[in-house]
Amino acid sequence: MATTLYEKIFNRHVVREDNDTYLIYIDRHLIHEVTSPQAFEGLRLANRPIWRANSILAVPDHNVPTTDRKKGILDPISKIQVETLDNNCDAYKLTQFKMDDERQGIVHVIGPEQGSTLPGMTIVCGDSHTSTHGAFGALAMGIGTSEVEHVLATQCLIVRKFKTMQINVNGVVGKHITAKDVALHIIGQIGTAGGTGYAIEFSGSAIRDLSMEGRMTLCNMAIEAGSRAGLVGVDSKTISYLKDRPFSPKEELWEQAVESWKELISDEGAAFDKVINMEASSIEPQVTWGTSPEMVCGINESIPCPEAEKKESNQKGYQRALDYMGLKESMPITDITLDKIFIGSCTNSRIEDLRAAAQVVKAKKIAKNIKLALVVPGSGLVKAQAEKEGLDKIFIDAGFEWRDPGCSMCLAMNADRLEQGERCASTSNRNFEGRQGQGGRTHLVSPQMAAAAAIHGKFIDVRELD
Amino acid sequence: MLPLIRHEGVVIPLDRSNVDTDAIIPKQFLKSIKKSGFGPNLFDEWRYLDQGEPGEDSTLRKINPDFVLNKPQFAKGTILLARENFGCGSSREHAPWALLDYGIRIILAPSFADIFYGNCFKNGILPIAISKELTNTFFDKSQSSQGLKLLIDLENQFIIDGSDKYDFDIDAFKKYCLLEGLDDIGLTLKHSVDIKNFENNYHSQFPWLTK
Repeated sequence: MATTLYEKIFNRHVVREDNDTYLIYIDRHLIHEVTSPQAFEGLRLANRPIWRANSILAVPDHNVPTTDRKKGILDPISKIQVETLDNNCDAYKLTQFKMDDERQGIVHVIGPEQGSTLPGMTIVCGDSHTSTHGAFGALAMGIGTSEVEHVLATQCLIVRKFKTMQINVNGVVGKHITAKDVALHIIGQIGTAGGTGYAIEFSGSAIRDLSMEGRMTLCNMAIEAGSRAGLVGVDSKTISYLKDRPFSPKEELWEQAVESWKELISDEGAAFDKVINMEASSIEPQVTWGTSPEMVCGINESIPCPEAEKKESNQKGYQRALDYMGLKESMPITDITLDKIFIGSCTNSRIEDLRAAAQVVKAKKIAKNIKLALVVPGSGLVKAQAEKEGLDKIFIDAGFEWRDPGCSMCLAMNADRLEQGERCASTSNRNFEGRQGQGGRTHLVSPQMAAAAAIHGKFIDVRELD
Repeated sequence: MLPLIRHEGVVIPLDRSNVDTDAIIPKQFLKSIKKSGFGPNLFDEWRYLDQGEPGEDSTLRKINPDFVLNKPQFAKGTILLARENFGCGSSREHAPWALLDYGIRIILAPSFADIFYGNCFKNGILPIAISKELTNTFFDKSQSSQGLKLLIDLENQFIIDGSDKYDFDIDAFKKYCLLEGLDDIGLTLKHSVDIKNFENNYHSQFPWLTK
């Protein structure tokens, strides 16, 4: 029978089934400092061992400073949380990249970078953006802390099957249109709850054309469409990306693995519960204007009127969002003036993102009204690679700050944040009220669009800068 | 985990859709390594007029009198009523910990985000998806002068509003765990032989996944 990629991966991990509730085996468990301390505490209180310690890769990322790292963490509460992760990893002898390790970085950047993320795996992490790893044809999903403890103790998760959705993006995207624009466009179409209860497989020629970095950006944003797991089928790009990564299988095992990975695509004619088709060429550079990722439009559009929104329950939300964002209906997006720029996060902090942004700012200066423009690479290795290519100099010459890796201003758990009323063009994933700092106003965009906004001081269609 | 069998309480109407977990408990409070003590910071940015920091005495802070939790008629509420897609955003279990610490045991909304929905059950909170019509009815009633008191009967799967009874759906396993207050790790470990056998078999089939 023709089977979807999701079902193929799911079926090979079923340990037992009872009344549509499944116990599934977990291959890889990624851990960071924010959602794990209570899980380790629970394990200790119940006197339970860790089932398979070598399934775990741990890294501190949410709380880490992006400047003067040698001084350590100045915030005493953040410091305790990172030290707690260190202590837990030491006590249970887990693989961890500590804050001073060059391999440290955002958990969803380092997993693939290390080859710790492999096709066909089930991957979990106490972080909703775990959907990122689905780019490799893996079933990857965010879990809560109770489930982190459950996986630590049992190597399994209790789940029900997701429904399946296929989103086909056909055709070819235009110049400067990135995976981020595709993701935001999809969310604008199906809404932030459009994927709730589904695993979304992205397919079609525009997805095949994406690099692995682009596919990670797309799957990363699946959760912003409500879907816990995004997926892209395995192809030659997947396999070349993983070759010779530190955790990737080697020699004979590599050959064997590659042979098995080739099956990790949805069969011709496999039935999905829902299929959505989109045309790639119609996608414009996207900018969010509100406080939910679905409040998004093209750069050359204007902010919609709340009355134009069909769903009555959304109208109030639209008005509240405009009030919070300090914007008026019908205002052109290109009239929005910015205070800060953030290029980073598990969505857009990989080498390809930095290259694309650097190309836009090369030999230019950031506008006078921009108070702060940050580039926060996704990992120490991304940072080193960027420096090898001279990207750091391009950013610094343009007036950006070149920081150390971490989650940084995506969620502002460290010192990087927006002040009350400040407006930011951000390559991150959430524009919720207060997300980047209380009273802060976030506009989600691609790295190119953030870079262009830094130079222009306002949003501008990056294609006009060529 | 605290079992939940029947629960009677006052409904708190939070008239918003897409309430995200950043709003339920803002990021600065996630630095705690404990599961308790988040209640005073539930909906922190909506509930107070100043900016909250961990470790502060929240009784000394300036409250936002317009926010629903600060209205006297809802002060003792334990049933939260909201609009679509409640709990969207991050996987932080700090969100249900904050709700529980505040005293919320039941959440009624037309729909919930997946991760949040699952996290509630692990902490003795029952989220119930209700129709949009019933949501509207409950909003109208809870915002009236006498407010709304509901009885939730999990065992028989009823929401009881005086003489009106509405049934609701729930996954049988989740219901069982909630009724009994069960730790599901203990339940899973009863199958540890199955897991071990599966693991051996699986790793011989996919030997590159053993590390």
